[in-house]
Amino acid sequence: MDRSKISTPTLRCFVETGPDHLCILPSEVDMSSPLMYGTPSSRVEGTPRSGVGGTPARQRPDLGSIRKAPQVDLHSEPPSADGAVASEQALGQKLVIWGTDVNVGTCKEKFQRFLQRFIDPTSNEDENAGLDLNEPLYMQKLEEISVVGEPVLNVNCSHVQSFDADLYRQLISYPQEVIPTFDMAVNELFFERFPDSILEHQIQVRPYNALKTRNMRSLNPEDIDQMITISGMVIRTSQLIPEMQEAFFQCQVCAFSTCVEVDRGRIAEPAVCRNCNTTHSLALIHNRSAFSDKQMIKVQESPDDMPAGQTPHTTIVYAHNDLVDKVQPGDRINITGIYRAVPMRENPRQSNVKSVYKTHIDVIHFRKTDEKRLHGLDEDSDQKLFTEERVQILKELASKPDVYDRLSSALAPSIYEHEDIKKGILLQLFGGTRKDFSQTGRGNFRAEVNILLCGDPGTSKSQLLQYVFNLVPRGQYTSGKGSSAVGLTAYVMKDPETKQLVLQTGALVLSDNGICCIDEFDKMSDSTRSVLHEVMEQQTLSIAKAGIICQLNARTSVLAAANPVESQWNPKKTTIENIQLPHTLLSRFDLIFLMLDPQDEAYDRRLAHHLVALYYQSEEQIEEEFLDMAVLKDYIAYARTYINPRLNEEASQALIEAYVDMRKIGSGRGMVSAYPRQLESLIRLAEAHAKVRFSDKVETIDVEEAKRLHREALKQSATDPRTGFVDISIITTGMSATARKRKEEVAQALKKMIQSKGKTPAMKYQQLFDDLRGQSEAAITKDMFEEALRALADEDYLTVTGKTVRLL
Amino acid sequence: MRMWFVCRFCCPAAQSNSNPEWEAKVLEYFKGQLREKESHSWVPSLNDVPLHYLKPNSLVKFRCLVQDMFDPEFYMGVYETVDPSTKANVLRCGKYKDVTECGVDLNSRNTVTAERQTFYCVPIPGESPWAKEISFLSAARVVPSTSYVPSRQKRSYEEDDDDMDTQPQKQREPHTGGKFGTVNEPHGNGDSKRQETEAPSSQTTAPSDCSSHLDLNFPLPGERGPACLVKVYEGLDSFKLNDTLEIYGILSVNPVLTVLGEEKDPSLLLLNPTESMETPEEQRAHDPPASLVPRLHMLYARPLQHNNPLLPSAPTEDQSAFVSSFLVEMASVRAELLAYLTHVLLGDGLAAEYLLLHLISNVYTRRDVLPLGKFTLNLSGCPLNSYTERLYQIVQQLVPCSYRLSMSLHTMNSMRLVPKKDYVANRLVSGALQLARNTSLFLDETQLEQGQLDSSGVRNITALGNLISWQKVDYDFSYHQMEFPCNINVLVTSEGRSLLPSDCQVPLQPQVTPPNMEEYLTTIHMAQFTSQINKFRVYLSLARTLDYSISDEVTKAVEDDFVDMRKDDPQSVTAEDLHRMLVVARLLSLSLGQTTLSRDGWMRAKHIDMLRRSRTEQQKSLNGNEP
Repeated sequence: MDRSKISTPTLRCFVETGPDHLCILPSEVDMSSPLMYGTPSSRVEGTPRSGVGGTPARQRPDLGSIRKAPQVDLHSEPPSADGAVASEQALGQKLVIWGTDVNVGTCKEKFQRFLQRFIDPTSNEDENAGLDLNEPLYMQKLEEISVVGEPVLNVNCSHVQSFDADLYRQLISYPQEVIPTFDMAVNELFFERFPDSILEHQIQVRPYNALKTRNMRSLNPEDIDQMITISGMVIRTSQLIPEMQEAFFQCQVCAFSTCVEVDRGRIAEPAVCRNCNTTHSLALIHNRSAFSDKQMIKVQESPDDMPAGQTPHTTIVYAHNDLVDKVQPGDRINITGIYRAVPMRENPRQSNVKSVYKTHIDVIHFRKTDEKRLHGLDEDSDQKLFTEERVQILKELASKPDVYDRLSSALAPSIYEHEDIKKGILLQLFGGTRKDFSQTGRGNFRAEVNILLCGDPGTSKSQLLQYVFNLVPRGQYTSGKGSSAVGLTAYVMKDPETKQLVLQTGALVLSDNGICCIDEFDKMSDSTRSVLHEVMEQQTLSIAKAGIICQLNARTSVLAAANPVESQWNPKKTTIENIQLPHTLLSRFDLIFLMLDPQDEAYDRRLAHHLVALYYQSEEQIEEEFLDMAVLKDYIAYARTYINPRLNEEASQALIEAYVDMRKIGSGRGMVSAYPRQLESLIRLAEAHAKVRFSDKVETIDVEEAKRLHREALKQSATDPRTGFVDISIITTGMSATARKRKEEVAQALKKMIQSKGKTPAMKYQQLFDDLRGQSEAAITKDMFEEALRALADEDYLTVTGKTVRLL
Repeated sequence: MRMWFVCRFCCPAAQSNSNPEWEAKVLEYFKGQLREKESHSWVPSLNDVPLHYLKPNSLVKFRCLVQDMFDPEFYMGVYETVDPSTKANVLRCGKYKDVTECGVDLNSRNTVTAERQTFYCVPIPGESPWAKEISFLSAARVVPSTSYVPSRQKRSYEEDDDDMDTQPQKQREPHTGGKFGTVNEPHGNGDSKRQETEAPSSQTTAPSDCSSHLDLNFPLPGERGPACLVKVYEGLDSFKLNDTLEIYGILSVNPVLTVLGEEKDPSLLLLNPTESMETPEEQRAHDPPASLVPRLHMLYARPLQHNNPLLPSAPTEDQSAFVSSFLVEMASVRAELLAYLTHVLLGDGLAAEYLLLHLISNVYTRRDVLPLGKFTLNLSGCPLNSYTERLYQIVQQLVPCSYRLSMSLHTMNSMRLVPKKDYVANRLVSGALQLARNTSLFLDETQLEQGQLDSSGVRNITALGNLISWQKVDYDFSYHQMEFPCNINVLVTSEGRSLLPSDCQVPLQPQVTPPNMEEYLTTIHMAQFTSQINKFRVYLSLARTLDYSISDEVTKAVEDDFVDMRKDDPQSVTAEDLHRMLVVARLLSLSLGQTTLSRDGWMRAKHIDMLRRSRTEQQKSLNGNEP
């Protein structure tokens, strides 16, 4: 509780009498003044119970500011509970707090024992970073408090549960009584250990991660007044509400003053002055009353928790004191708090009332779930909880030898064949292992696999994209036609309410740790495409707009689909020529697949069968045939979270060999056929394949499959149509080696021809072209001629102005 | 008629409280009663009877669409009251009620908190006038007329509905009168008189004012009818947004509800924090005056497969008998309907065939993301000058639910198509694409002129594209989007090829060019007897519900056919074409009342698709520049 003393003149706003008309509206006081809500310096001592070692206690409105009547009993107040302890020792009887089965003494003792002894060697929470895991965890935290001076101790309920299930049960069922007991216990312990430390107020225990409830939808009347943890997204926060904790009254006649504490949201105004016995002479003095901060926050359940076809639920949450303004709209948070239901207030002027309760949650602890995006590292934030049975099912599935084929056929069953493409996408869904080389200055290695699908229109590319978008939790679907660079990255917007500049994130940032599906990739404008360069290799997005300069993580896999420039794929042209995308971008795709119409009879027959079956098979038959989409989802989520394969010795040898082989193929014909980027792709694919098998090691079979898939994709996309060889330079430089050679030849021929003509400083363009055509045995198109001219111009041999060619 | 006494029925049960199953028994009782033949038609419907003629706390039904789902609320399932004079405690039941009795003891240990949820329900959007009219009249037919026909009531009826009606007034009076008469008198609950005198006053406030200061959030502009807050007690998970339901429940219009809402004095809010959390907008959306938005405590809800009043609504034995009797007629009705549509489409038989198939199409299942059975038709080459408007009116006469969206630049830029969550008022603000299943959406692209679409226009076009391709609408929840599957028949009329995707494009080739289009269409329409039109209506609704299968043999034939077609010309026949032909074959068979695909059916489907394609090709070569 913060008490504020302000030197503004005393105001009298309160005149009326009677509890129901108690109307306090400090309208004349500047509400936004920081003085109003108590800076530490203006805090005054003198709360009824002074803490251990002289440190003031601070009221906890989160635990009991509004009490439902049946729970309220004098004995539940911690001070009187102290008395209960004393009498218990005297009488040797087991005394408990009224209405509960909590015995203060035992409870305190148990909690102290927990603090002193609890060790969690497997802890991987980021809060515990830097702590010695083999020492009692919470004692280290207390030490931290003594150093840092922030008097809040966060306690993970699952720790309490594993230490003492009974204590945990009490904590969940009677948080209002148990948490103050915990507070007492921890303060005693703390001041015993660190008697000299100075804290602003006594340590408050903030439990989190209560396992009882996870989902807003499952809240029911039984949870009232219990401690719960739910997850959700903040959609609205209110202004700060000053809530009166203690009213200060002064007699207008004799200046006698008295304090009245708020009881169940009301203040009983003293009618008679105790000093001079004048009736109705007491006036409320605002700036000597005590207020605490409070904020109303609306939380909506996260989209993942919702059954299909229903709208999300919202819950009202109250934050108190220092938890005010901790969260912003749009944050995804886990809230631990006490669930409350308050009956609609009875109005004496009305005989009957609405029979509905208002419900809300008093927050004890907030935990932002997407906070870690800022510091990178682990992604256990959106960790899904898997039940034992589910894990069992998944593991069983993983142990099957054909799991890879099973999963790939379960992917988009309505799309026919394209097995390798589905396999590629499957590996993309799993992704590689994230590696951090920032110490050696190379930064993060990309773990995400990028895939480009190109091919004829109407080969269900969009459908495949839609499927993937629906499958992954953090998928985004955009169309190249409709998206701008801004829509993909981020834009700065002025919030209409607060007039603050806020950064609104676009599709790429939103799909961090997910997949961004981009349809009609070829229709994207060049400026839009250019932002992808950074995302697809460095996995970050740099923004410099309206004074905001930052770098956001965009560790997203890109799954793009592109149509050929001509309406049909031209098999006589290379991939680059067909889709007209810059090679700099193409080389960032690990796999480029062509989805072409194979035009062969057996294929047609199978396709027809597949489609017809789609139309007459019943639901059940389909389900028998294929894996459930939900299982697939869980399988992927589990593998992504828990499996981090590393290369073993053999596999790395195999990878090296594969890479050397790839380079060898080309060197025979005088071209480079593989670049380090291809090696990285291979490693990622092999890791993803190991993840599919739930294996912690990347083995030779993974490398084999990665090689095969990579080769298949190359065969499709990087085959030089003129020679029939696979030529990686088509993708890396945008031109096949033969084409480049040919270009050079033409240029040389042209140069020779010009030289043979002797000293003619200028020539007619058209004539030169005709001459060259006549001279050369191979057909020379105008494009080739122009290219040759350009090449010569680059050599500073000639210049082209309009229709004349001049030698230099 | 005993049903009406619900509230009195549950309270004694709660008092004894020894029988915990009483709640289940209540439901069983009502369900049993309603299952009895025609008993559901005794219950007055909120759709047909103006609110002020319904008795509070009586059983009513409501045919509606779930427009929004509010947060669950906790209420006093059982509570105790203290009589101030005798100090006697009485246990009372709070279920199916909004307001408690006087003198609630908030500290009682016997209080039981229970949970319920509120749905915001609106009448089915775009319900055709004929469907409303027929369901109204059929209800009137069942209720026996009694002598209780107050003359005053008649007059207020006429005042009430004068602007919207086409139906004879006379038939209404016995119907409502009968209900009040039979219900009131046996129980000696003689406030019918009082009600009657009150009626005119409440009426003056209700219909006129509601539009001005309270947005009832209907999906389509210009809709009328009561919106209702339905309190749901059981089976919360079985309801989904946009479900069409027939709800049987207890009407509550307690004026206290309104008073509670309005009484709030802003100065009180600071002191009592529990009341400050609702913004005035939220108040308005969640606690509208009960006289405008009545509360309905649901006893039982029946999901509606269709809202065609000419068909038996429940899948009972009646229905199967009805279906089998109609199947015989199917082929002949089809021929007549086809002839009618051919006339309407200016003599174009092929277009008429396709329109017919479109009208019976239905998304019958989804394979992962792919909706199967949708058949969006693009009728291109439509004559201008209000032809499309007339065409819509004719379609509207045939289907129970429809909406015409005129795609003018202004509408596209300004209209809200996609529902959006308003976090301030905490409700889902509806949009024109929040429609019930099998609604016919008529997109009139002939209204589109050159100009610039702004960003909301682009969003609207994208939403329409998504609707057509995937049969889903992404509702805007501002921080994220949420996908709601839908099942809407989209018909696009355009001059050239539509800018929206479609499953099938048919260029209209008029065989006749009537000098006066209006007159021509009106004559065609007038030439049909109502009984004939009714047959068409039944036909269209029924054909959609039939089951369908393909035998192995035909599967084989289809496969062979496809392979052969590809052999001849692999470029022109793609998987997409096969998809479409399979849908056409399915619809064609169903339209003839055949539930399996025959070889002939397949050949016919192939044939008409060929005809259609040659027509589009022709168009292409004519226009040259079309892609």
